[in-house]
Amino acid sequence: MESEHTHTHIVKLRVLLAVWGALLVLTYFTVAATYVDLGSLNLWVAMGVATLKGSLVALYFMHLRYDRPFNAIVFVTALVFVMLFVSLALLDTVHYKPEMIPGYAPALESPQVGE
Amino acid sequence: MSAGKSSGTEGSHGDPHLAHHFDTPTQQFESGRLGMWIFLATEILLFGGLFCAYAVYRSNHPDIFIYAHRYLDVPLGALNTAILICSSLTMAWAVRCAQLGKQRGLVILLALTLVCAFGFLGVKAIEYQHKWKHGLLWGERFAPAGEPEHGESQKENAAPAPNASPSHSAAEAVADKAASLLATATKRKRPSNVHIFFGIYFLMTGLHALHVIAGMTVIGWVLARSLRGHFTGGYFTPVDLVGLYWHLVDLIWIYLFPLLYLIH
Repeated sequence: MESEHTHTHIVKLRVLLAVWGALLVLTYFTVAATYVDLGSLNLWVAMGVATLKGSLVALYFMHLRYDRPFNAIVFVTALVFVMLFVSLALLDTVHYKPEMIPGYAPALESPQVGE
Repeated sequence: MSAGKSSGTEGSHGDPHLAHHFDTPTQQFESGRLGMWIFLATEILLFGGLFCAYAVYRSNHPDIFIYAHRYLDVPLGALNTAILICSSLTMAWAVRCAQLGKQRGLVILLALTLVCAFGFLGVKAIEYQHKWKHGLLWGERFAPAGEPEHGESQKENAAPAPNASPSHSAAEAVADKAASLLATATKRKRPSNVHIFFGIYFLMTGLHALHVIAGMTVIGWVLARSLRGHFTGGYFTPVDLVGLYWHLVDLIWIYLFPLLYLIH
């Protein structure tokens, strides 16, 4: 309407406030979840909540939902490459010999130590 | 623009903000956004290196991370998360005001964002000061004054056998040494190389804090321009791009908080 030149989507204030509330609730949830023992699942719950929060920020605060898809492609590509980087590095690091320096990586010296 | 034949900033379009190599303001705006997103992608890759270091060290030394994260203050970390989320709201709201041409709202919300950013840095400074005082630092500077929960003072890089039970070291030399070591590491004594955690902590939060400072600088610049009435409903690109940058700073903290403070 008033933006006579630039045609961009204006996010409703209601949506912004709802996203803000959801982010605060999710923050409370992720703090509370650490005090519940879920074993190795704790990390995945924390990362899942963080990804949900990140998606809300990217989609609504950063307008990705209303943007041209190319910006989202740039963003997701960077994330995919970071994930590729981390996961390949993790694949590799398991194959080093932990016993080369005794006591250096105690968790790797036994296969059943998962947490 | 200055090289154009038609005098001044007017260009051939009649729009003072439209550079001569763009056809329409929308095209210029979209190009600016794309450029900002590409820059944000490089920022994600920059932090990606640190996240990779974190992942490798945590998978190799879970005992260190479980032990050392107790030194961090979860309420302060959660408070800072909430502060950044609020600042993201005010920033997104400021962009909305800019789009609608609401001058006063834009100025107030940008100022609020800046206040939140100062609050975040203030809390961060309290945390850093606490760690500095207690010798919870990186590398050779790591010299903690006390244990987080148990008042045991053991020298760094000491023999893995805990001084509480010397017979334990004979047992762990044989078999199930990993399980017992992990149990003792988390329960009784400090694992060796705890300084690695603090090296990663200070690098990640420090780089993030630098981004907060950079964000505050550009928010301050946009605030100064909006005070002079530079932005209208038809031209608010700087507000929008600064907003994108600020949300990325928030986004990174959303991952840093659980990874550093909320280790189970």
